Amino acid sequence: MSTTQRAVATTTTWIDDRIGAGKWLKKNLRKVFPDHWSFMLGEIALYSFILLLLTGVYLTLFYNPSMKEVVYNGSYAPLNGIKMTQAYESTLRVSFDVRGGLLVRQVHHWAALLFVAAVSVHMLRVFFTGAFRKPRELNWVIGVGLMTLAILEGFAGYSLPDDLLSGTGLRIAQGIVLAIPLVGSYVSSFLFGGEFPGTDFIPRLYSIHILLIPGILLGMLTAHLLLVWYQKHTQFPGPGRTNTNVVGYPLLPVYVAKAGGFFFIVSGIITLISAMFSINPIWQYGPYTPDQVSAGSQPDWYIGWLDGAVRVIPNWETVLWGHNISWNILLPALIIPGIMFTLLALYPWVEAKATGDKREHHLLDRPRNAPTRTGLGVMAITFYVLMWISGGNDIIAQAFSWSINSITWTIRVLLIVLPPLVFVITRRACMGLQRRDRDKLLHGRETGIIKRMPSGEYLEVHAPVSSATRAKLVASRESDYAPIEAPPAVDANGVKAPKKRRSGVKLSNFYFANRVIPPTDEEIEEGQHHAAGDLETVRPSGQITSGH
Amino acid sequence: MSNDSSSEIEVAGAHEIEHALRRTDIDPRAAKRAERQVAIMFGGSVLASILFVVAFVSVKSTAVVNLPLIGLIGLQNLTLGLASGLGLFLIGAGATHWARKLMSDEEIVDERKSFASDDETRGAVVESFQTGVEESGVMKRPLIRRTLLAALALMPIPAIVLLRDLGPLPETKSRETLWRKGSRIVTDISYRPIKPEDIPLGGLVAGALPADLLKVEEEEGNLNQRAKAAIILVRMAPDEIRSQQIQDGDFQGILAFSKICTHLGCPIALYEQRTKHLLCPCHQSTFDLADDGNVIFGPSARRLPQLAIEVDKEGYLVAKEGFQEPVGPSFWERG
Repeated sequence: MSTTQRAVATTTTWIDDRIGAGKWLKKNLRKVFPDHWSFMLGEIALYSFILLLLTGVYLTLFYNPSMKEVVYNGSYAPLNGIKMTQAYESTLRVSFDVRGGLLVRQVHHWAALLFVAAVSVHMLRVFFTGAFRKPRELNWVIGVGLMTLAILEGFAGYSLPDDLLSGTGLRIAQGIVLAIPLVGSYVSSFLFGGEFPGTDFIPRLYSIHILLIPGILLGMLTAHLLLVWYQKHTQFPGPGRTNTNVVGYPLLPVYVAKAGGFFFIVSGIITLISAMFSINPIWQYGPYTPDQVSAGSQPDWYIGWLDGAVRVIPNWETVLWGHNISWNILLPALIIPGIMFTLLALYPWVEAKATGDKREHHLLDRPRNAPTRTGLGVMAITFYVLMWISGGNDIIAQAFSWSINSITWTIRVLLIVLPPLVFVITRRACMGLQRRDRDKLLHGRETGIIKRMPSGEYLEVHAPVSSATRAKLVASRESDYAPIEAPPAVDANGVKAPKKRRSGVKLSNFYFANRVIPPTDEEIEEGQHHAAGDLETVRPSGQITSGH
Repeated sequence: MSNDSSSEIEVAGAHEIEHALRRTDIDPRAAKRAERQVAIMFGGSVLASILFVVAFVSVKSTAVVNLPLIGLIGLQNLTLGLASGLGLFLIGAGATHWARKLMSDEEIVDERKSFASDDETRGAVVESFQTGVEESGVMKRPLIRRTLLAALALMPIPAIVLLRDLGPLPETKSRETLWRKGSRIVTDISYRPIKPEDIPLGGLVAGALPADLLKVEEEEGNLNQRAKAAIILVRMAPDEIRSQQIQDGDFQGILAFSKICTHLGCPIALYEQRTKHLLCPCHQSTFDLADDGNVIFGPSARRLPQLAIEVDKEGYLVAKEGFQEPVGPSFWERG
């Protein structure tokens, strides 16, 4: 036994004697994780979160969450002698008078932008590959919760420096709170300790930003990761990959090196970006005051779609018996996002109802093999991106000298017309790709060789697909569903079919009425046989056989 | 594929896992080279960490450097960031390179097992639960059950009531501003009173406040009054005013409007002199100041409230009366 081995044995024995970790370690030290670039998206989110915790703790050592007014007297000369809150003053101090303070602040901000971006793209990956299906619905819901909290947490952090830009964001948020029917004025007064802006909100937001939300995030993140660990990671179809195994590299040493190394890569890149590119230069905005604003005010990117929704909505307001219902605020800021996030969280059950499938799925879908899902996803992205563009309508108007009114109207029309159109196009495109895969399986791949037959006929020669390609392509059977058949409206005993049943049939037909049916093994064998025959005809020694 | 709930599925055509040898598997020299590359990266990280300390003590916070494409940036932030960024990145790059080139890249297979327990276990769970419930007697003793439910239902009330003192009741504060009859109008930065002749025809005073605001802010220690009282002044030829909210609310074509957007409360400042339109920079609600301050575009549902003005004995602009309607965003009780 070498020294190292002895040291490891002594340590594990010590731990095992106390908590019996041996069994768990034996199973998990060489735990298998599948490899795919898209699986790194969740990792990026995790690592930016860790970086956020570390840099965030550092920033708390200097930041002073107080709205007490002081006169600035520090290293940034242009603001000297100006009245500002201690929150803003301490943010200036960490930026200019603490060595490396600006770097940490910029790392914190860049990491936050990346965090929400990685969470969002990770969610798209999970959606388009069907990784949310049984048995992972719970983790999907946790993920939607994490994303919602990530956005809220980002907005809270953005608001803390109390600069002109962030204060304007808070003013808008307070306006949205005011619009809540019945209780809006009360909620606002309680949140802000009276009228806006008051002196209570920043300290309150601070404890929410550094304790409440990160605490919940951390708890949910842990649950999210434990579930991934326990349920084992999904994998893409390919040679040797089945629904009942998991193929990949072992945790020790490959993933310790790759995932551990990736943490340093993500942190390194964020730090390098923060070294070179300024983010949120609050000293340029000046301190917050409710009667000043700068043109072209833009929130962080992940709030852009909400801001865009608020911009694009027509100015509907109902006044009923002396009470105002501000649809122009409630719809874009609360109702539509509420519906969107609810639908997102419930999506696994919507699809399960359409498929009627109760099996476990560990093999990922290629997006083309679920045309309706992919269509819906791209439709949602279109809707989101249009709202996001709307959030920059003033920037676009200025850059291209277009009228802001026509931009707004164009987006209004596009928001209604484009998503359904994109849905149809995407679904069609997916089915086209499915047909191509089906052809490949049935007739082999194109070799690019044109053969002239003795009869003068020209043939394009096909070759059978490789076994690896075949393994990948036949996996489309996993996500092929026949639409659920309608129950007879009235059964033999004269009992009407329940409404619920009928809605399931409708949904199923919406998903699967038009579908490309993957070929059976027999069909493939026959087709590949033909292709092999084709290939035979072009080989010099081979006998000429008839084409197809 | 059928829609039934058969528990497991095998993928037809599952084939052997492919594995190709890497250069570093075959050529010891390539392996040695990869080893050196990894070591160089780790070594580079060591250097970067040292460089960080050097930059920390030697680079002045005021030093700037002009970089191509990026422009003028602080040298301290740049050097500290480059050093620590590289220090981190090189550890990651080295580890990844090591894993990709030198560690075994043969994929291994684990079997999955279904998460579902067998029927017996599930039955036992239901049974255990029922036994527990029966032993508690909760079903047999409705008095206990109902009082417990009532207790649990009311328990959150103290927690909610505790939140009551987060702030005062809103009362009618959002209907009141500092403006009174005779409040003198001052500019927002220099707090200088304004005479009508200070504003040329077509001119704009982008921010004005009541003269007593500073004193009130001093007393209250917050910016609450400023958030409601801010106004703008514009001057147009009296015959250009098509309509105004208050009869003779202008003074010789000078009109005063609330600066706080009736949509979500942003201060409005983008004025187009030719069209007399005022645009909110936040969500682009557009108001026509020559016509009642009405909304002509954008998400806002209500006109900008007008403040009637006149001049005092010394010839300075003052409010003729307070605002006649609440300023700022809508709220439930507004009416």
